[in-house]
Amino acid sequence: MRSKTRRAALAALCAGALTLSAAACGSDDDSSEGGSGTTITWWHNSNNEPGMGYYEQVAKDFEADHPGVDIEISAMAHEDMVSKLAAGFQSGDIPDIYMERGGGELADHVEAGLVRDISDDASEEIEKIGGSVAGWQVDGQTYALPFSLGVVGFWYNTELFEEAGITAPPTTLDELGDAVTKLKDAGIDPISVGAGDKWPAAHYWYYTAMRECSQDVLSDAVTSLDFSDPCFEKAGEDVETILGWEPFNPGFLTTPAQEGATSASGLLATGKVAMEMQGHWEPGVMQGLTDDGKGLGDKTGWFPFPSIDGQSGDPAAALGGGDAWAVSDGAPDEAVDFVKYLLSDDVQIGFAENSMGLPTNSAASGSVADPALAGLLEVRDAAPYVQLYFDTAFGTSVGGAMNDEIALLFAGEASPQDVVDATQAAADQES
Amino acid sequence: MTHEGATGPVAPTLTEVVTRRDERRVAPRPVGTGWRQRLEIVMFVSPALALMAVFILWPVLSAVRMSFYRWKGFGPMDQWVGLNNYRLVLQDEVFTDAVMHNFTIVVLSILIQLPLGLGLALLLNRRIRGRGLLRTIVFVPYVVAEVIAGVIWFQLLQPQYGVVDTVLTNIGLTPPEQGFLGTPDLALPTVFVVLTWKYLGLAVLLFLAGLQGVPDELYEAAQLDGASWWQTQRRVAIPLIGPTIRTWAFLSIIGSLQQFDMIWVLTHGGPANRTTTMATYLVEQGTERGNYGIAGAASVLLFVIAFVTAVAYQLIVLRRDTKVDR
Repeated sequence: MRSKTRRAALAALCAGALTLSAAACGSDDDSSEGGSGTTITWWHNSNNEPGMGYYEQVAKDFEADHPGVDIEISAMAHEDMVSKLAAGFQSGDIPDIYMERGGGELADHVEAGLVRDISDDASEEIEKIGGSVAGWQVDGQTYALPFSLGVVGFWYNTELFEEAGITAPPTTLDELGDAVTKLKDAGIDPISVGAGDKWPAAHYWYYTAMRECSQDVLSDAVTSLDFSDPCFEKAGEDVETILGWEPFNPGFLTTPAQEGATSASGLLATGKVAMEMQGHWEPGVMQGLTDDGKGLGDKTGWFPFPSIDGQSGDPAAALGGGDAWAVSDGAPDEAVDFVKYLLSDDVQIGFAENSMGLPTNSAASGSVADPALAGLLEVRDAAPYVQLYFDTAFGTSVGGAMNDEIALLFAGEASPQDVVDATQAAADQES
Repeated sequence: MTHEGATGPVAPTLTEVVTRRDERRVAPRPVGTGWRQRLEIVMFVSPALALMAVFILWPVLSAVRMSFYRWKGFGPMDQWVGLNNYRLVLQDEVFTDAVMHNFTIVVLSILIQLPLGLGLALLLNRRIRGRGLLRTIVFVPYVVAEVIAGVIWFQLLQPQYGVVDTVLTNIGLTPPEQGFLGTPDLALPTVFVVLTWKYLGLAVLLFLAGLQGVPDELYEAAQLDGASWWQTQRRVAIPLIGPTIRTWAFLSIIGSLQQFDMIWVLTHGGPANRTTTMATYLVEQGTERGNYGIAGAASVLLFVIAFVTAVAYQLIVLRRDTKVDR
């Protein structure tokens, strides 16, 4: 009996402590505004300067215009954010504003009722962003606003190209083959690829598929998950052609994409290879991998994926993807307002000026300072359509199976038909 | 029991004790120690039990539950698929290959690490110069965290730029073009070499401890009988540390079946799925692909395989250590 009362007393004490600490936290929150108090939680991955400070300022500006609104920012490293979000989706405890990569992943979140439909609330912004928003639409409804959208292409070392006697960046697959030969003759490893992480290798197949397949076939495949069109097999054959040149860095099968000096990005950043096909984030990644923090510096060049003879796809179509702000289900209306504010001309211009990404608001296009990125932006804006990375578009399950098989293709252990079959098999599991 | 009996004026028989204890249990208000003792046990055990329930039992049960659903990791778990996930896993060549890789590691560990570990232990058990230093060197890899060791070896084994390749090139050998970890046929053997480097220390440590328990008189007696050093080891020392060897083998088998960290760091299961294990398969399917149902089924299969192996080993090999012979 005595122990019981003691335990009860202990419980009461704990509860009391909890209330006290909660009250303490509460009073902290209220002291800043003292008003009605709407708190918006916001997670983002700009955890380095200038991005982190810029976003803090943006939030402060918004708070000043909206009395009573308090924005609670959590800036974390990308990987941390992704795993915290995954845990959040499991428990249903997600922040009011978070990043969505679109495609099949978003469709799953929508199906689970985790994301707020902002089609009507943000119709103006959606119209302004234009076609790029397609990757974040499910059944015609929009669930997130892309704030940065990049395309994949070849990043190259202009100095090494010169050294090998390559005068202009290749525009066709044959020219790319010639460039590889010239680089090899000059004793330079032509291309690095982080096939250890699979997706960098898979990007080759995505691009050849985009060249070989017409837009109709592709958009059909994304919705119906039917890969029977022969163009998908041809995509694999093109990859085999590229592999036949043996253009990749030694050990590419286990090379990681971005970690360390011997990763694919590290090899390009340190002048060990001449080029790498990567997304728009590459300059930033390379900066982090060099001691002086400059990456390739002014030796950085960029050219789009070349066209392929006899292709059915649009030669200007680009593979890409990006990040969008999504509002979770049940978040306050002010969260939608804040997301709209994040896409406004002012905020996007500042976003571009701080080199935080590639703005989707055309008003900010002129503010991208980096010349290589500006060139990339031109290609993106001139593209008839930007195809979302297939693995993102199809969702992790089909995308993962697809990437796995493409990695096997790179290892010489799968045929072009195997890639199609494995993808189809995973897609059939989905239905 | 004898203790309780001693409290009575006359030592009671066994049945008496039992009945007395039963009486005590039904007594209306026990003044003695019965319920109090039980309460004490409950109080001491319950924190541990609660922790086990929350961190072991509950996750295990939810993995089992997950294995019967198609579930992406969020939203309601309501798509019951019966045994379909198990069918998918068992039909997946990547998983069956992974099981093969696990058992390859099991067999290689016994075949290679056992003689190597035993040899080193016998050597280090002799009074030789720098014995302490040698023992430390052998044991240090085991103390290093597996992930750290993995990262170091990953760097050493870098094709072209790594230390291993540089050394090989300098002495005129041609290292494999894709590197040791990147060449499909060399990847698993290379991983095994690293695992041996990592875990040999444990074998040596255990065997040394076992050898220290062998009484000196036995060695002396053997010497008096004219046995050579090698004969002494083979006929006296090794048989006497049999139980230690069998326990080490048990730990090694279970560890090999659950191998994850080192492979995840070194190869991620690649190249071309040549180094996947059951654990890397289920992590890949679960957290990477969002197929939590399939991951659940794979984890249950891993549990069953490890459990059956462990029980079989207990019954067949370890039984001779636990039963009283001689």
